[in-house]
Amino acid sequence: MISVHLILFLAFGAVCVAGAINLLAQTHPINSALSLIAVMAALAGEYLLLGAEFVAAVQVIVYAGAIMVLFVFVIMLLNAGVEERTQGSRVAVLIGIPGMLLGSVLVAWVLLRHSGTEAVAAGALPGDPKTIGQLLFHEFLLPFEITSILILIAIMGAVVLASKPPTSPAGGPARKVD
Amino acid sequence: MVPLSYYLVLSGFLFACGVTGFLIKRNILTIFMSIELMLNGVNLSFVAFAAHWHALAGQIFVFFVMVVAAAEAAVGLAIIIAVYRTRETLNVDQVNLLKL
Repeated sequence: MISVHLILFLAFGAVCVAGAINLLAQTHPINSALSLIAVMAALAGEYLLLGAEFVAAVQVIVYAGAIMVLFVFVIMLLNAGVEERTQGSRVAVLIGIPGMLLGSVLVAWVLLRHSGTEAVAAGALPGDPKTIGQLLFHEFLLPFEITSILILIAIMGAVVLASKPPTSPAGGPARKVD
Repeated sequence: MVPLSYYLVLSGFLFACGVTGFLIKRNILTIFMSIELMLNGVNLSFVAFAAHWHALAGQIFVFFVMVVAAAEAAVGLAIIIAVYRTRETLNVDQVNLLKL
């Protein structure tokens, strides 16, 4: 029996698979970035089907929003063009594509054969922001605070790495001005 | 109702696509995007298992994975900008020295 739930799963899953394959097939980074955004949006739909409302919202806001905007911004900043094929990349394609197909088929075969057909009910688990927030600020308070320190370190690291190096270092020879 | 294994197959496929992209792509930005794709595949299996075992901690863990991915994207893209500034290329075949 085909339920609406299964149809939605297959629709979002098809978008995911198509986007992931398109990411591999495109040679321009901006096309790859846009297909990755499609994958992430479709994954948010899958999370909604699983009842994880908070995770779905965060997926759209943080992943498809913030992180991918950062990617697109860097692609435009560096004026990235079409990637060139080299000898090494041809060998990697020859080995990588069959390897991916083999791995996927193997995983699918093992999972479909050795796992039961017990279904995951839609909305079986309360994944709304209130429940998540209570869990996050009671049981997972210490990891939550540690991630804030991680984010702070990442911000400082990004600023240090991306800032322009000084033109004439203090210890080095000063540059002559014509 | 959708069986758990369907979600896991989709997750495994996304992860396999990410690994393949990491191996076959030559643009450092696309390689970085493949890493994000792998993280997304793992997140899907986290949420599917959380729903299956009625353990909400799985969704909390997805939240932490997203935080780490955001930090990683910020630092990684800063490194890519620094690499581009010194090498003037995004091709990983030409970035084969740690020394600047």
